[in-house]
Amino acid sequence: MTAATSSYDDILTRFEPVIGLETHVELGTASKLFCGCSTTFGGEPNSQVCPTCLGLPGSLPVTNRLAVEHTIRIGLALHCTIAAWCRFARKNYFYPDMPKDYQISQYDEPLCTDGYLDVEVGGESVRVGIERVHLEEDTGKSLHVGGATGRIHGASHSLVDYNRAGIPLVEIVTRPVEGIGAEVAKAYVAELRDVLRSLGVSDVRMEQGSMRCDVNVSLRRPGAPYGTRTETKNLNSLRSVERAVRSEVERQAPLLEAGERIVQETRHFDESTGRSRPGRSKEEAQDYRYFPEPDLVPLAPAEEEVERIRATLPEAPSVVRRRLANEHGFSPLEMAQMSGAGVVDLVAETVAAGAPAGEARGWWLSYLAQKANESSVEPADLSVTPEQVARVVALVADGSLTNRMARQVVDGVLAGEGSPDEVVELRGLRVVGDDAALGAAVDDAIAAQPDVADKIRAGKVAAAGALVGAVMKATGGQAEAARVRELVLQRLGPA
Amino acid sequence: MPSITRPEVAHLARLARIALTDDELDRLAPQLEVILTSVARVGEVAAADIPPTSHALPLTNVYRDDEVRPSLPLDAVLAAAPAVEDSRFRVPRILDDE
Amino acid sequence: MNDLIRRTAAETAAAIADGEVSAVEVAQAHLDRIGEVDDKVHAFLHLAAETALQSARRVDERRAAGEPLGALAGVPVAVKDVFTTKGLPTTCGSRILDGWVPPYDATVVRRLADAGLVVLGKTNMDEFAMGSSTEHSAFGPTHNPWDLDRIPGGSGGGSAAAVAAFEAPLAVGTDTGGSIRQPAAVTGTVGAKPTYGGVSRYGIVALASSLDQAGPCARTVLDAALLHAMIGGHDPLDSTSIDAPVPPVVEAARRAGVSGLKVGVVRELSGAGYQPGVEQRFREAVALLEELGAEVREVSCPHFTYGLPAYYLILPSEASSNLARFDAMRYGLRVEDGLAGAEEVMARTREAGFGDEVKRRIILGTYALSSGYYDAYYGQAQRVRTLIGRDFRAAYELVDVLVSPATPVTAFRLGERVDDPLSMYLNDLCTIPANLDGGPALSVPCGVAPEDGLPVGLQVMAPALADDRCYRVAAALEAALADRWGSVLLDEAPAL
Repeated sequence: MTAATSSYDDILTRFEPVIGLETHVELGTASKLFCGCSTTFGGEPNSQVCPTCLGLPGSLPVTNRLAVEHTIRIGLALHCTIAAWCRFARKNYFYPDMPKDYQISQYDEPLCTDGYLDVEVGGESVRVGIERVHLEEDTGKSLHVGGATGRIHGASHSLVDYNRAGIPLVEIVTRPVEGIGAEVAKAYVAELRDVLRSLGVSDVRMEQGSMRCDVNVSLRRPGAPYGTRTETKNLNSLRSVERAVRSEVERQAPLLEAGERIVQETRHFDESTGRSRPGRSKEEAQDYRYFPEPDLVPLAPAEEEVERIRATLPEAPSVVRRRLANEHGFSPLEMAQMSGAGVVDLVAETVAAGAPAGEARGWWLSYLAQKANESSVEPADLSVTPEQVARVVALVADGSLTNRMARQVVDGVLAGEGSPDEVVELRGLRVVGDDAALGAAVDDAIAAQPDVADKIRAGKVAAAGALVGAVMKATGGQAEAARVRELVLQRLGPA
Repeated sequence: MPSITRPEVAHLARLARIALTDDELDRLAPQLEVILTSVARVGEVAAADIPPTSHALPLTNVYRDDEVRPSLPLDAVLAAAPAVEDSRFRVPRILDDE
Repeated sequence: MNDLIRRTAAETAAAIADGEVSAVEVAQAHLDRIGEVDDKVHAFLHLAAETALQSARRVDERRAAGEPLGALAGVPVAVKDVFTTKGLPTTCGSRILDGWVPPYDATVVRRLADAGLVVLGKTNMDEFAMGSSTEHSAFGPTHNPWDLDRIPGGSGGGSAAAVAAFEAPLAVGTDTGGSIRQPAAVTGTVGAKPTYGGVSRYGIVALASSLDQAGPCARTVLDAALLHAMIGGHDPLDSTSIDAPVPPVVEAARRAGVSGLKVGVVRELSGAGYQPGVEQRFREAVALLEELGAEVREVSCPHFTYGLPAYYLILPSEASSNLARFDAMRYGLRVEDGLAGAEEVMARTREAGFGDEVKRRIILGTYALSSGYYDAYYGQAQRVRTLIGRDFRAAYELVDVLVSPATPVTAFRLGERVDDPLSMYLNDLCTIPANLDGGPALSVPCGVAPEDGLPVGLQVMAPALADDRCYRVAAALEAALADRWGSVLLDEAPAL
């Protein structure tokens, strides 16, 4: 019974977790993998389908060259070997949202194999082995009607939209990672997301489903063979990845300690409860009857082609981070924060555009992160560029803007009012820095409130706030409060 | 000698989503047994070191450029659908993921 | 019988181009003929009389306007119901697709329309092209115009019968294991399977994707070549389409000489199981080729005997996957009565919508691809496929073309083999190797069997992309036989 209440950390003193991750990433091509239909997100249902992606009888697939190149690009960034010759295969199973009732995927001949990704866990570098990277088509989307909140369970029927069917998906499969649990899962997914974003192959938006993770978890006593694993599917945030591993470790440990068997099964993670539930138990094991796709000819990327792609790879995010940390003195914690928020590249570009490192980091981690969060987009998708942020930082530095005004300028840029300078012009945002004009405003305020002035003269410096407030109001907030206070005290201060 | 039993045929029919009747199972199982025995002759050929042929011609690398082409009009997409609701294909209850 | 329907496609095209007849008159003559005899033959599943007359009128208008016309403009053509036709039903002879009207045209159909051919309608076939007799059509069998109690071959029995019954001078079919050549042989017509990849598969409802190939059906070798040239050529919508010009088949059909050509007789495609009259006519035809100057020798292709079993593993495997999409979700039949779940609706619909032969092959294919059986069945069949390809290449080191009977026997009686799948499969014995290899093959009439008076076909096979050789040999034989007989074979067919 005590086992059931064991904490996660406690369990790890007795068991070694073994985890594996399968990540699906939608590639950011303009057209689908095997036809010319648009991949734009959010179109009217079934408005982006044709005979091929609807699986109509007689239709045939033709492979999108860019999707293959992107897959090779991902493979190279993950230090994989690129196959000299490989084929697509059909994965056969029936499901209403799969138009042909088979998925064109890759089976025993993936395009990329045997790579790795180094990730940081607790300040140490951990090498996660990549078993394979392959290309396949996405399925349509089902809306379950009549049950509770769109759940499949209890639904009376479903409505299928095939706009997503045929969008290129890359599946990235790790080798088992031994001994580290939830932290490595989260760190791997975060690092992978940074790598994919830097490659420009996907918008990697987990909340929109363009990147989704399945995680395999098993436990073993140290030194023992691998235990039976479960697979928790469709995790769509970093937090869910971490929580799903923790919850599965905490679920399995007491079962094992009670001498029970772990059932090999697919589980579904519920974000709201932080727990998973088992999928329908299969009467018979899945038999996908893979065979080489006869409608598509083999892929045989030429060596020169692979080298051409390799030559276009950007610096790895980890390298960029190291360089940033060295050049600008960011601490490991600061780097981790920036990574986690997905702003490393943005900070780097803002610095490159002339902003001091600390300022750049501050803007992207606080105000801009908050703005992104409010509108549910990634910081990179905000309509303000690193160059514009750098310009705002410069305007503050030269005293043209107060910090409060700077935020207003950024709001204006985000609202589409133009460049920072245009917004300054449009909104009339300028620090009133002319002492003569300010002095007049201060004199007016003193004249208007003689009793307050007397209190200050008598030594009650705290009363100055009332006069500062009046001046700020009179100048429409465009004065620097500290300077106003100085002027007030100069005139009334106890000498 | 290969053999395919009635329960095996029933299992395959489930995999292939065909709700065979008992009569059909009675009829099909022996027919399949005969066919299977005949086609199993491929096993007589010593071919362990022979590469399999999946495609008639040795073509490779046939691609299209990443260009968007017009999709079908919505009414053409849904015209043949057994049931439609809100521009989507209405399908019977799905029991669970996969 | 109206003279317009007995002309060859080449003659008809010339007559239309010269203004001797209008395309509308030609189309109407064929529609009338269909009205007259199709009750007996049942070659057509759907007629397109109105659109046929419309396209014929357009050809006449273009001619009147002095616009250039294609080589077959205004010539009627029948289309096997396995090609998608926008606005015209496409059922593949199956209840599961009853009433389906595709929103797009197959590339072959598009090319026919672009070239001004007049599509008369869609022809009957074994369900999803699975069969050798057209008896597996859900809409009733087609009858052989030579003897209405006999099968017209299959799966493209409708297309071959339409051509043999003078309902259309041309038809397009598909050939996965002989579905163009075997019906051609038993109906006394010409049918060709081009090199795999020579004609686009886009819009052909797939049976076995690695074997399916569209091709022409006609009454003469030249007509077949003209149609082949029209529908062939690269299509960017089919990844397996060959990006090269169509071989010079029309020139070959016109040149028609075999002097100096090395012809190999396949030893393995004769003997036990072959009807004596078929072998006799075949041997006579080979002797005739020798008289015409061909160098004939026997060659051995030892693995051809394993072609049939390899084929009946590869085909069902691919078919089981290709036919999965008929699941009642997006188009076609849905059996729903009181059933709650999608899985159940799928299974009951497929049970109701597919015929026996389709179910047999889907289950066989599902078995052959199952884990644990894949290597012994599908994998081994693919290795045998490699060996058959090697047999072909070794033979083509010695000879330019290979010949054999196109079928082991002449047309059998309706119902005779329909419940005996294995004996039905034997009809494809001679035609299957070319599908497994991918090379071109053609069946041309070489007489009637003395014992039953029914047509016999001779098959010519050639290396990939050498389709013209098939036409060259067939045209030479056709001309020599016409000289000998003083008429074409189909003139021997009884009046309907």
